[in-house]
Amino acid sequence: MTRETLNARRLLCPLPVIRTQDKVKQLKAGDQLEVIGTDPGVMQDIPAWCRINGHKVLETQADDGEYVIVLEVGG
Amino acid sequence: MLAAKTILEQGVQVEGINFFTGFCVEGHTHAIRAKDKAKPKRNNSLWVAEQLGIKLHIIDVIEEYKDVLINPKHGYGANMNPCLDCKIFMVNKAKQWIAENGFDFIITGEVIGQRPMSQRKETMPIVARESGADDLLLRPLCAKNLPPTLPEREGWVDREKLHDFSGRSRKPQMALAEHYGFSEYAQPAGGCCFLTDASYSAKLVDLWQARDNNKAYDLDDVMLLKVGRHIRPRPNFKMIVAREEGEGRFLQGYKKEFMTMSSTSHSGPLVLIDGSPSDEDLQLAAAITARYGQGREADRVDVSITDKDGSTRTVQVKPLPADQIPEAWFI
Repeated sequence: MTRETLNARRLLCPLPVIRTQDKVKQLKAGDQLEVIGTDPGVMQDIPAWCRINGHKVLETQADDGEYVIVLEVGG
Repeated sequence: MLAAKTILEQGVQVEGINFFTGFCVEGHTHAIRAKDKAKPKRNNSLWVAEQLGIKLHIIDVIEEYKDVLINPKHGYGANMNPCLDCKIFMVNKAKQWIAENGFDFIITGEVIGQRPMSQRKETMPIVARESGADDLLLRPLCAKNLPPTLPEREGWVDREKLHDFSGRSRKPQMALAEHYGFSEYAQPAGGCCFLTDASYSAKLVDLWQARDNNKAYDLDDVMLLKVGRHIRPRPNFKMIVAREEGEGRFLQGYKKEFMTMSSTSHSGPLVLIDGSPSDEDLQLAAAITARYGQGREADRVDVSITDKDGSTRTVQVKPLPADQIPEAWFI
């Protein structure tokens, strides 16, 4: 299992989702990806994208204008 | 949503494709502004896919789309919207996608007569033909008003269960939504693209003109046109004035790409300066910056000017009265 970080700061919807989608394609089932964004919409969209595509959100955090989502790639 | 549901109901596997051109109107762009905070921050295409229980593929076409916008074969609509070329481009991309991903045909939610440019009876065959999709392109909502496509002729879908909608009225769609139990859906009409917006289009044209009609653009260019008050006091520079805190936070992210200004003696907005202003121009820009802050009635306001490299100096200016900012400066 590897854990990678995706910097999606300053990107507005839907770019954080597109970048997440592209990054996840390079990962394997069970790998984790930490996405850091500044658009509050990521808190809604990335979990929705995960639900649609069978990935699991492990953690979400909002802190001082930054939003962090940790997801686990599904099989 | 209705077109996809119509086909799903026939037991056909459907997956969604959403193309991101950079000009898409999304709740999140609006959500930069505090006044729009009450709006849901969801992405409508993701939301629709989830409601339908289908996968959604969001595809970045920002680079390829530039040629569609800059050189539209079929021209623009009322503003800078190249709707017909856009539709042809997207259907062509969808055709490539289905070939690469093992799907058999394309569906869209188009309805004859619903849009003045790309959804007329005369233009719908153009989309099918020039995209190369030909009869792989099925429009379930108005299929009965069009010749049978390959999926209908081959019996992959039952033509009798497709629809015959036409015209600008959304009543049949609303009735169908009710039939499927959709109580909530993306608002019809109004457009989902900034290029249909007159104010946005004016800013885009101004951007190109300021660059000697060089129409090249990058994503930051088109994002910044969505944010702030745009003022061009002189041909050689433009100001982007944050209208509220949310926009100010967003513009902060561009401090390394633009010279910025803000009032230091009074509270006031962050301002980006785009172009090559002279020292005299900067004095004018500082006076305008002061006009948009709490010191607008003061005799003197301190305004800091920060270069891209972070070096800062402060100038003292008298705020420019509102009646000395000509309407023509506002883009």
